[in-house]
Amino acid sequence: MDHYVPILIFTLIAVSVPIIILMIAKVVRFGSYDPVKAEPYECGIEATSFALDTRFSIRYYLIAVLFVVFDVETIFLFPWAVVFDELALFGFIEMMVFLAILLVGYLYAWRRGALEWA
Amino acid sequence: MGFLIENFGAIFFFLVAALTVAGAVGVVTLRNPVHAALALLETFVMVAILFILRHAEFLAAVQVLVYAGGIMVLYLFVIMLVKVKDLRAEDAFLLNIAPLAVLGGVLLGALLAAGILLGTMAAGDGAVAALQTIGDETVGNTEAVGWLLFTKFLVPFEVVSVVLLVAMIGAIVFGRRDAALSGPGEGVEP
Amino acid sequence: MWVDLIVIGVKLAFGLVVLLTTVPIMVWVERRGSALIQDRLGPNRVGPLGLFQPIVDVVKLLAKEVITPAGVRPLLYILAPAIAVIVALSTFIAIPIGKDSGLELFGHAVNGFIVAPDLNIGLLYVFAIASFGVYPLLLAGWSSDNKYALLGGVRASAQAISYEIAMIIAIVGVLMSSGTLRLQQIVDAQSGVWMGFLPHWNVFSQPIGALIFMVAVFAETNRLPFDLPEADAELVAGYHTEYSSIRFAAFYMSEYLHMTVAASLVTVLFLGGWNLPWIDIPFEGWAGALLSMGVFGIKVATLLWFFVWVRWTLPRFRYDQLMALGWKVMVPLAVLNFLWVGVAMALGYM
Repeated sequence: MDHYVPILIFTLIAVSVPIIILMIAKVVRFGSYDPVKAEPYECGIEATSFALDTRFSIRYYLIAVLFVVFDVETIFLFPWAVVFDELALFGFIEMMVFLAILLVGYLYAWRRGALEWA
Repeated sequence: MGFLIENFGAIFFFLVAALTVAGAVGVVTLRNPVHAALALLETFVMVAILFILRHAEFLAAVQVLVYAGGIMVLYLFVIMLVKVKDLRAEDAFLLNIAPLAVLGGVLLGALLAAGILLGTMAAGDGAVAALQTIGDETVGNTEAVGWLLFTKFLVPFEVVSVVLLVAMIGAIVFGRRDAALSGPGEGVEP
Repeated sequence: MWVDLIVIGVKLAFGLVVLLTTVPIMVWVERRGSALIQDRLGPNRVGPLGLFQPIVDVVKLLAKEVITPAGVRPLLYILAPAIAVIVALSTFIAIPIGKDSGLELFGHAVNGFIVAPDLNIGLLYVFAIASFGVYPLLLAGWSSDNKYALLGGVRASAQAISYEIAMIIAIVGVLMSSGTLRLQQIVDAQSGVWMGFLPHWNVFSQPIGALIFMVAVFAETNRLPFDLPEADAELVAGYHTEYSSIRFAAFYMSEYLHMTVAASLVTVLFLGGWNLPWIDIPFEGWAGALLSMGVFGIKVATLLWFFVWVRWTLPRFRYDQLMALGWKVMVPLAVLNFLWVGVAMALGYM
């Protein structure tokens, strides 16, 4: 467990660096408050609607789901890759079967246009 | 000071465990959905640290990569897409059954604790060593997991690919139907 | 016990100083480099060759007014730039920047210039921490209460996760050929000669993987030609539109930190780390340690210049092109790369 101690220490340091930097903003203050300055930036025209009312394409959601699926798939590649030498041909075939099944899903996604963005 | 250093491991564990529970409580109590999502993220990270304390380093990395890096991003996307504002207060009905829910939770927790305790007593400390070895050779945790996954647990591994396939197809079917409904000129491709 | 902590402390301080020093240097290189490429002078007033320009820039940023727009969610708004810096700093500690040459400090083994030497999930640790890089983009976009910021944030995160897939698959080939996740051993596996005349660096044995990884790195650091999250022409400044003064500086700093970390990672994984081409030197003692760090530094510096060069040379992608490239070209090619490595290893070429 000892080798995680430096990571713990460094993480604490890494957390404190931005806190210190952002604290400077609290200490050093220039300028004055003005309601106009506090408006959201929008080309100098008054904002007509709230930002969170913006409508999004469903594709962002679809991309996120595909990402989760592919992420899980790649996770299985890691333990396979590091023992690839010991597993020899059998391990290679196992992974090919795994990938072939996922290839079906990938091709389906492609055909159904889930990877298109227009 | 001497006490702190000697028992650093135990103190650290209880600290992390407390933070895990605190995050989980935050998920159900915070009103702002994004704050709740971040509380869940904190819980995920703390669970990863617990995995490391049990020498399951590969699992810890996977926990962070998949849950923190993938699933939480999906949650946040959904929160933004459906424009969830701050949540309302619960209905009176839900508040009335709250004591029952707490009781059920405590019972479930006790059951889990008993199961884990019995399991640990049966397996002993040898289980930790198994996380680092292939045969008699000492290797990294990832190598040990890989070896077991592709020899002993081969069938479950291949079944996972089918589960992933179903998940992918399901997501596309739902996603595309919504896309077709949401705007003019957007049809489902053949 | 205390000696251990002191050695760790010295290494931590060293790593932190090295990493943070690259930021002002890179700011200067970027400004002078862009001037060179665009045939203009660039900053040349403050100090020789404008070398003190970054310091003046910092003072200027500090002296700017901190504006918090009325509609922001304060907690998340502050958290976003903080996370950006934390992620960039924490990924760096697992990366070895010099060879373990048997050095001792106060009678205690130094274990090379890596802060966490015995991490047996090395590379996975780096990617696990790096996967937090999406949060600053999402949180900044969501909490700013600004349409440009929101669009930029969602775009940025979709881009980041799309290219993360290709990036992770691209390094599977490296893991196969070195058989370990420990970054020091990955570098050691790249010493010597391959096929009789080429250095045994992964960039030669797996050129496709190296290319994919490099392109994905550009996308992950949001640099041109993949800077759509910022896309000045359409989104003003993307997810950090509403950030000013020191808070903007935190984002700016994290971009350069990410670049340095990414360049170090490319060096470790594909450019043979501190190995010199064709020459086998047993890096020993202080001289060996410094030499290995020097070689590593030169490779990282070259890559960083490449980042600048590409940014000021290529135009920006369109968003649909970006997504198509990520999902339809990079992912299949990355899979092809590790299949090639598998076949080559089975046939004894690697």
